[in-house]
Amino acid sequence: MGSFKLGGMTFGSLFKKPETVLYPVESKPAPAGLKGHIVNDVSLCILCGICQKTCPCHAITVEKKARTWAIDPFRCVQCGSCARACPKACLTMEPTYTPVATAEYVTTLEVPDQKAAAAE
Amino acid sequence: MGKATVIPFGPQHPVLPEPLHLDLVVEDETVIEAVPQIGFVHRGLEKLVETRDYNQFIYVAERICGICAMGHSLGYAETVESLMGVEVPKRAEYLRVIWHELSRVHSHLLWLGLAADAFGFESMFMHCWRLRERVLDIFEKTTGGRVILSVVKVGGVVRDIDDAMMAQVIATLDGIMDDYTKIMNTLLTDTSVKNRTVDVGYISHKDALALSMVGPFARASAVNYDVRSFGRGAYGDLADFRPILDDGGDCFARVKVRCLEVLQSIEIIKELAAKMPAGDIEVAVKGAPADGAQASNVLEQPRGECYYYARGNGTKNLERMRMRTPTSQNLAGMTSALAGCDLADVNMIILTIDPCISCTER
Repeated sequence: MGSFKLGGMTFGSLFKKPETVLYPVESKPAPAGLKGHIVNDVSLCILCGICQKTCPCHAITVEKKARTWAIDPFRCVQCGSCARACPKACLTMEPTYTPVATAEYVTTLEVPDQKAAAAE
Repeated sequence: MGKATVIPFGPQHPVLPEPLHLDLVVEDETVIEAVPQIGFVHRGLEKLVETRDYNQFIYVAERICGICAMGHSLGYAETVESLMGVEVPKRAEYLRVIWHELSRVHSHLLWLGLAADAFGFESMFMHCWRLRERVLDIFEKTTGGRVILSVVKVGGVVRDIDDAMMAQVIATLDGIMDDYTKIMNTLLTDTSVKNRTVDVGYISHKDALALSMVGPFARASAVNYDVRSFGRGAYGDLADFRPILDDGGDCFARVKVRCLEVLQSIEIIKELAAKMPAGDIEVAVKGAPADGAQASNVLEQPRGECYYYARGNGTKNLERMRMRTPTSQNLAGMTSALAGCDLADVNMIILTIDPCISCTER
């Protein structure tokens, strides 16, 4: 019987650290290179719209007049194209796990007008 | 001889997570014909190439199939690179092959676990998936994703693996190899496994060739065909690559070939990691494929040869993208192996040919 041949390995597992974690009480630490989710540092953003053009799933909307940058996390596939294309390096992929969503939403950020603020 | 009856199999069936429907024409307990029907998960992904540019489509290509994600993005990128005459840096080629072989290990371990579960060998299912989890952890650490890696781009790769990380990967693979060798030896010497698989679902060498079977399922019928042996990319730098062949042609031979391929893939990764050249991991790709330019490419996916064809039209969007997946080649062999088998052996034959319907329908 095959099960007895694997018995040694199965028995040994009793004395080893478990392969699984007791989620949600315990959770795995996120690796440093995790794709995570897109974060925009609006103080650097110039609303150029390159991220919007690059995004393969049309998740990003840039409104120059309203000075807003919005991302739909339910469309985003964490490919990182926008972060690589960003000329100001204001888009980064934060390597953290996000909590499970309970409702659909769009994250909209207001981008401050640095030139106007400096003029004042 | 009893009256012929049709028994439907799938598209929802406990042994096969793939949406494949078979009309099994049975007389008594013997299947006399199997009529496959697919079309449950067609998503029109090839058509999307007209609305996404050639850089964006790579993320669509890798969503064709969850198990072969890395392979599809690699196959697509190589096709577009050949369409545009782009030469990829050597280090990027090595990294691509390392990730591709890792995905072969995870694909084979996933399948082996499911096959063991279908044998009724539940502890082996858990051990196989435990080892597969370690491969997924390697993916998560090196690429940031567990299944959809998004690591290949036209012109190279987006992430590098440094020496310290590569040493960790090799140490993890050594650990996997120790455990896997025990699991594999148990499976291949087990009497109950042999009772279920030896002389079941026989496909002769002649039939495998006539039905254009590819991948480990053809190699189990002694068809010496493996795209990796063409020696393109980093495969060309391997000291010795010989496809794993078996002349059994039955379910056991197919299990054996796939089991041994896991060890072969681990050896390939270790050899390439030792020979890894320094240098860039990507080149800048500008412009668009020329109008009327055509390119084709083949790649050894975990389930066999996958063919890619692309045609440009002078814009950033391709005119046409076509893929022929290994399962569409192997379905004819599967229905041929099912004809004449016992009804109880149907799930074993289907599992050892392991059709991937998501790939096939796209």
